[in-house]
Amino acid sequence: MAAVTRVKGQRRVGMTGDEAVAYAVKQADVDVIAAYPITPQTIIVERLAEYVNNGELNAAFIPVESEHSALSTCVGASLAGARVFTATASQGLALMYEILWIASSMRTTIVMALANRALSAPINIHCSHDDAYAARDTGWIQFFAENVQEAYDLTIQAFKVAEDKRVLLPTIINLDGFILSHSLEGLYVLSDNDVRKFLPPKEPVNPIDVERPMTYGPLALYDYYYEFKRAQAEAMKNSYPVILEVFKEYEKISGRRYAPVKEYGMEDAEVAMVILGSSAGTARYVARRMRERGEKVGVLSLTLYRPFPEKEIVERLRGVKAAIIMDRSYSFGSPGAQLFMDIAAALYNEGERPLLINAIYGLGGRDLTPEQVEAAFRAAFEAAKTGVVKEREIWLGVR
Amino acid sequence: MSRLMSWRELEIGCVVPEPGNSVRYKTGDWRALRPVLDKSKCIKCLLCWVYCPEPAIIRHEDDSVEIDYNYCKGCGICANECPVKAITMVPEGGE
Repeated sequence: MAAVTRVKGQRRVGMTGDEAVAYAVKQADVDVIAAYPITPQTIIVERLAEYVNNGELNAAFIPVESEHSALSTCVGASLAGARVFTATASQGLALMYEILWIASSMRTTIVMALANRALSAPINIHCSHDDAYAARDTGWIQFFAENVQEAYDLTIQAFKVAEDKRVLLPTIINLDGFILSHSLEGLYVLSDNDVRKFLPPKEPVNPIDVERPMTYGPLALYDYYYEFKRAQAEAMKNSYPVILEVFKEYEKISGRRYAPVKEYGMEDAEVAMVILGSSAGTARYVARRMRERGEKVGVLSLTLYRPFPEKEIVERLRGVKAAIIMDRSYSFGSPGAQLFMDIAAALYNEGERPLLINAIYGLGGRDLTPEQVEAAFRAAFEAAKTGVVKEREIWLGVR
Repeated sequence: MSRLMSWRELEIGCVVPEPGNSVRYKTGDWRALRPVLDKSKCIKCLLCWVYCPEPAIIRHEDDSVEIDYNYCKGCGICANECPVKAITMVPEGGE
């Protein structure tokens, strides 16, 4: 949890999640922004357009005709050596899909804010994690913010991670659509100077340079494609220790401590809930009330989603009798929704077998209520008591 | 092509840092049928040299021709165009 401590030079301000991301991007002093407006991300690029127009940010703001072009523009700009930002959501990410793979394979350092929104149909503008999950296998690093402060902090840290020479991978910051993107919260922002010191200008690797011509995005068939993928896999693995370093360095300038996984009550938990995004607060609120009544429940929430903090999660789930894995999305025909499968695989790899329940919740922006969270914990207690999972998949609050 | 590199040796991001190295890429290994020229029948009309889409027909000073197997893809146009049937297509790896 981003424990807020006062550190010299920081200001307390009120901002929505979108505004906080835009402010962080401005302080990161990006060179190029290319984006196409889509709710609930729009305010991010609107603010950035204002910053550029006012002369507060010296960047090229490139308006494009679609998200496909937005991300393609970002790929070119990043390869040319620029610090690059874009933002999208839902259908916009879906339209970017083929370029997502290209951006990571070509090792660009694009930072993208994803204001999580449900995929159509039916058309919906509110929160699901469909878009984040859809990008799961595309080779981007992914963070999840729980509140506006985290959206701000993670945006700044994302540039540092993405541009590190041991990493060189594009990075997504997820913030729940409307719940975070449009909610006004108080947060601490760093001074421009501190951000500048934390994030010196990008030092590009193999930038496009007419004096040193190279081939970018060549054809590689059965002779080399395989090796390129193996090298890319290594970059994602290498990003993990770099992320930990960046978290540590950021703590020094901000006083806020980040970790791949946040935990509450896990030291003696009999049942646990694992969750992503803004609903972690609701889960902890319920857990606190239940613990006051002597019920041993715990909550794990992930700040880092890709690379998946497998070891940290398994370590904390060790000894738990039953766990509820919360998914704000659904994977049709799969043995479990997306987070569920990750957790189940991670546990299996380490030889742990707590009883697992997959709870679907909040699709399309439906509120997750404390009563629903408690009902999920009750189902886990029931499984722990009987040793049997009655229903592997439950839909919280569905009519 | 020279020795194939391991993933550890590759340039970051699929970049090919050396410009113009595609001249070293021999494309003739796609071929399934191989054109074989019978020089005793050739009348030096150069129709094969004109029609070859690659071009993989090498023309010599005296207008005699030779097939460049490094780049010939075995399309068979030369054999088809040759008015004296001096070129025949034989399966690769056959004899």
